[in-house]
Order: sequence, then C-alpha cells, then structure tokens
Amino acid sequence: MTGDVQAIRLEGLVKSWRGPSGPVRAVRGIDVTISRGETVALLGPNGAGKSTTIDMILGLARPDAGHVSVFGLAPSEAVKAGLVGGMLQTGALIRGLSVHELVSMVASLYPDPLDIGEVLELAGLEDAAEQRTEKLSGGQTQRARFAVAVVSNPDLLILDEPTVAMDVEGRRAFWVAMRGFASRGKTVMFATHYLDEADTNADRAVLMAHGRVVADGPTTEIKGRVGTRTIRATLPDVAIDELAAIAGVNSAERHGDAVILVCADSDQAIREVLTRYPAARDIEITGAGLEDAFVRLTGEPDDELSAVGAEASSAR
Amino acid sequence: MTSATYTRYELLRTVRERRLMFFGFGFPLVLYFIIAVPNRHMRDFAGSGVTAPLYYMVSLASFGTMMSMVSLGGRIAGEREAGWTRQLRITPLSPRAYLRAKVMTGYTMAAVSLGLLYAAGIALGVSLSAGEWVRTTLLIAVALLPFAALGIGLGHLLTVDSVGPAIGGTVSLLALVSGTWFPITSGFLHDFGQLLPSYWLVQAGRVSIDGHPWGVMGWAVVLGWTVVLVAFAGWAYMRDTGRV
Repeated sequence: MTGDVQAIRLEGLVKSWRGPSGPVRAVRGIDVTISRGETVALLGPNGAGKSTTIDMILGLARPDAGHVSVFGLAPSEAVKAGLVGGMLQTGALIRGLSVHELVSMVASLYPDPLDIGEVLELAGLEDAAEQRTEKLSGGQTQRARFAVAVVSNPDLLILDEPTVAMDVEGRRAFWVAMRGFASRGKTVMFATHYLDEADTNADRAVLMAHGRVVADGPTTEIKGRVGTRTIRATLPDVAIDELAAIAGVNSAERHGDAVILVCADSDQAIREVLTRYPAARDIEITGAGLEDAFVRLTGEPDDELSAVGAEASSAR
Repeated sequence: MTSATYTRYELLRTVRERRLMFFGFGFPLVLYFIIAVPNRHMRDFAGSGVTAPLYYMVSLASFGTMMSMVSLGGRIAGEREAGWTRQLRITPLSPRAYLRAKVMTGYTMAAVSLGLLYAAGIALGVSLSAGEWVRTTLLIAVALLPFAALGIGLGHLLTVDSVGPAIGGTVSLLALVSGTWFPITSGFLHDFGQLLPSYWLVQAGRVSIDGHPWGVMGWAVVLGWTVVLVAFAGWAYMRDTGRV
C-alpha cells in the first residue's frame, strides 16, 4: 500500500432502507475524503445518516449507488486484511469471558495484533482484566468494546457514537483512550451528536443532516462559516438598531444594560463598537461553539440545506 | 488455522453457562435415572427386544444430543441481540470459520451429553461390544448434522425471546413422534416419524441393539434433511447479516 492512498474515499454515496412507511433515504449522495492520520468527527442529529455511512465504510451495508474505498480497497477487503477496527453503535459484550479472554479471542482472528496487556492499558482496563464481561460498569463495557476494536492495531478506527449512555467521568476516560490510539498516527473517524466531543477530540468535522454533508472542515472553520461569534458588553443607552447595523454584526439583542451581538466577523465588529461607543465595558467575545453552527446548519428545512451554505459564505 | 483459538474461547464460554450445563446435561441424566431405574430389570422393554436401561439410554442420548445441537440457536440469538454477530463481521473471521466454530461447539456439547448418558447406562448395567459403541456413536454424529443446521438457522432467524420456546417445542415434538419416549412400531406416527431426521437419530442408537441398519431410507432422510436445513441455515444467515 502506498503512502498517498486516502484512508477513506466516499464518492456519490447513496443508500435507502426499506422502512415501515416506504423507503427511507438515509444517505443521499455524499462525497468525503479522509487522509491518513486525520481524526474526524462525523456530526449530526439522529437520522442524519451517520450510522448508515459508517455501515457502508465497514462493509456492513452495500451502497445503492456510489463508491467506497478504504486504503484503496473495497471495505470487505480492508476488513479482511485487518486494516479496520470498528466499534458499532449498538452492542453489548458476549458473556462468559473475562475482559482479557474476550480481547484475546478477538486478537486471535488477526495476523498481527497488539499485545493484550498493552491494549488493556490503552483502554484503561488493567484493573478489570480478570473481570467477567457481564460484571462491568457501563463505561468499562464501552472501553472493553474499544479494546476489541483496537486490538488488531488497525490503521483506521471507526467509532459509532461511542460515548452514548456514559457518564461524564466515563466519557473523559474514553476520549483519553481514543486520543492515545490516534496519537500513534492512526486514522480515526467517530460519529457523535455531542458537539463538545467533536470540538475537543477531532481535527475536522463532517456535518451531516438528512443524508447529506452540510459542512466539512476544521471545526474552527465551520464555526466561522455560519458566523457565530458573540460579543457581550454592558452598553446602556444605545439603540439596538444602531448596533445591528454595524458591519460584521448579524443580529443584536438587549438584556437590560447588556447587549449581545451575534457576529459574522467579530474582529471587524469589535473595532467599530469600541470606536463608536468608548463607554462599552465588561466585553466578552466567545466562540458560539459548534452547537450553534450545528443548529443553524442542520435545523433548516430539507430543501434549503444547500442554500444555507451559500448564504453563510455570502454573509461574510 | 486462526479460528482454533476462537473456537476454544467459544467452548470455554459455553461451558461456563451454568444454566445451560444444568438443563442441557443434567436434565437428560436425571430423566434417565427416573425412568430407567424402576424398570432396570425389564429384559424386553415394551416389546422392543432390549432392556429398559439400554432403551432409555439410547433415547435420552438422542434427546440430549439433539437438544445440545439445536441449543446453538439460543446462543446465536443472544449474540445477535448483543450486536456481537455484527462485530464479528468487521473482523477477518470468515462466515465459514464462524459457522465451523458453532458446529464444533455443538458437537462438543453433544459429545459430553453422550458420554454422560453412556456412563449412566453402564452404571445401570448396559453392556455393548466395542464395535456397537463405536457404530452407534458415529451414526449419532451423522444424524446430528441436520440439527446443527436447524439450530444455526433458528438462531439467525428468531429473536432471543422467541428462540427458547421454538427450540424447546421443536425438540420435544420431534422427540415424541420419533419414538424417544416409547416404542412406535406401527401406524401413522411410525410412517410419519420415519420421514424425520430425529427418528433416525433415535434409530442410530438402536442400530447396534437390534441389528437393523439405517438402510437406504435412513441415509436418504438424514442427508435429505441435512441439505434442506443447511440451505435454511444459509438463508437465515444471509438474511440476518445482509451478505449477498
């Protein structure tokens, strides 16, 4: 395998499922390329098509149209070669084995697995190694599933909503394990609808909604695209319309003495605000977070999705 | 063979299932003692030409091994529910190796069940020649093939809630009409039973006893059902996993 082959290449991917009330168009034509070594979050609300996309990358589902390649191979070939590890969305562990035995069992299926002790350490399961799988806590179960996914030492690791139903501490421990694995130069893709997770743990986010990719780029760039940095300031006695008209400001609100300016370009806006209103104080500029970007991009009605991107770029 | 270790763990976790051990192995054994001990001096049991301990050793060996095989379905349904079957599909484990591990697990369970019943039979005075033991065992092994396929098929078709009753009901019914509990020598049940693989499983145990081989009919029924049920298992597996 040559170094320039992409880890994942999705081209014109389409997939429908047969639902109870007719076909469900889960994925409606997506093109995504992921390079080796990237950590990418696949973001979207339930029903966005994330799991269906992941199933196709793992070879668990066959696209109706389009093409998937993983390290230049068909998904089933990449799986057979032991290049891919996956942690699926739904899943418990089989009973009757200790964590160590379970991970060893899976390791035996691969040509060149990691050392079991090393994997358990990576997953933070050293203390639970001899425990039976049915006796684990929720967080430990997820980390054992993570251990199962990485024991083959895959070049590509795919995690489908890995921290669902985990408590805060469990999540934190889980992401430490994930970053530990990613730092070995691995390619990681994880699906999530927790935006803070994408923000903290990924270099890049691919936002999906209604089966389409609605944004794709570094998380900072995505925030910028929809223009949501917020300026808060204490600024009494200024008409709100005046503030809303400032270049770089999308909208303005007043809460008592405080004003909140949602900005497309907060750098430009703050200069203007300070020039015009030197009395402004208690100034805070915050990135609105992926959450707002997310709501703005995915909360739009289906048919306007492509228009949102255009609006966002022209607003800058 | 990469799947050898996998199969070993598969067996390990099966023998750790205490309920399975108790009902799978203990139940036929207890039944055997309950039925055979009071009749242990009966030389010609119900006109079958053999002693009661021998008759029921064979019967319960058939029942126990059939149960061991079809019970594969219960564990498969459980693994599907846990998402484990999908997890395995994203490993290099081939469907062939997966199914082979299941069949080997079933046969190992059946062998244990058989060994226990043989030991119980010997304890109650059953005595067969070495050739008879071997012939019986081999024929039982062949007659279990369709039941391995049946178990795998049911496991991939049914949910974890429905697979238990389905297995219990199927095995009980097959055992009844196949002459497990009392000799069926004539009539509709006899004619109908002969078309079932379970009848020949019970007969496999009796071949050595009364000297009647399976004959063409026996082999045809067992192999015919094997083909049909392997096709069923393959269909259920494909349908479940979406492999094309």
